[in-house]
Amino acid sequence: MIVKEIVEKLNLTVHSGEAGLSREITGGYTSDLLSDVMGNCDAGKIWITLQTHKNVMAIASLKDIAAVILIKDLKPETDMAAQSETEEIPVLGTSLPAFELTGQLYELLK
Amino acid sequence: MLFDFEIQGGDFATAGNASSQIKKILKQLNVDHRDIKRIVVALYEAEVNVVAHAFGGKISAEINTTEVRIRLVDEGPGIPDIELAMQQGYSTASPEVREMGFGAGMGLPNMKKNTDEMHITSVVDEGTTVELIFFLNQTPPNH
Ligand SMILES: Nc1ncnc2c1ncn2[C@@H]1O[C@H](COP(=O)(O)OP(=O)(O)OP(=O)(O)O)[C@@H](O)[C@H]1O
Ligand SMILES: [Mg+2]
Repeated sequence: MIVKEIVEKLNLTVHSGEAGLSREITGGYTSDLLSDVMGNCDAGKIWITLQTHKNVMAIASLKDIAAVILIKDLKPETDMAAQSETEEIPVLGTSLPAFELTGQLYELLK
Repeated sequence: MLFDFEIQGGDFATAGNASSQIKKILKQLNVDHRDIKRIVVALYEAEVNVVAHAFGGKISAEINTTEVRIRLVDEGPGIPDIELAMQQGYSTASPEVREMGFGAGMGLPNMKKNTDEMHITSVVDEGTTVELIFFLNQTPPNH
């Protein structure tokens, strides 16, 4: 499945990084601890988090993460959105909390 | 080949820049992607530790066909008890840094796990030197 299909199926907002919507997704990872993601999230996954700062994109890029989903209507900070554009890694949004969104994404990808 | 980078202490906006540059270099040199993955994880954690815990530092990376050696030398408070710092969950990160999602106390264990050798020396009130060593192409296939 590609990022664009997830956006449509889960009714997500695209905050930035539209150029990366055709990236292939291999799974998901839900965490707000950056070292946890750095150590345990594999390439090609979608990262679900409440962190909205630029370091999220640094990690997403270093780990070849397919896209980031911000929960609870959170918006990326300006420099996070800017880096998402240059890296072409989409930052998406939902009004749902992490638990519900993770459950829905799991159903889609399992 | 030798590459040098500077790290600005406290500057989270540029944290990870050196790791990103080195990742690009390793890709250009056609280093195995499994090796690139573990080098990037260990180096990023070491780089962020300088940003989060020290005043500033320098990275020098030595890359050849069989191994990668990266040395991070910082000026900072040093680590009084390295064995304690190595424990998963141990962190002295400030509340502000924790709010950003750093400070889980997982960085040093991640570094250990992803290197073939790691050497840390530290002098309190002076600084810390971390050496990360990777032997290339040793990962078994299908990994
Ligand atoms: N370069 C350094 N200078 C001074 N202290 C350091 C340095 N690197 C690590 N430390 C000390 O070791 C502790 C553990 O480091 P570690 O990287 O494992 O966790 P952390 O940086 O606190 O959190 P995380 O890496 O999970 O975001 C730090 O909280 C800090 O006290
Ligand atoms: Mg750390």
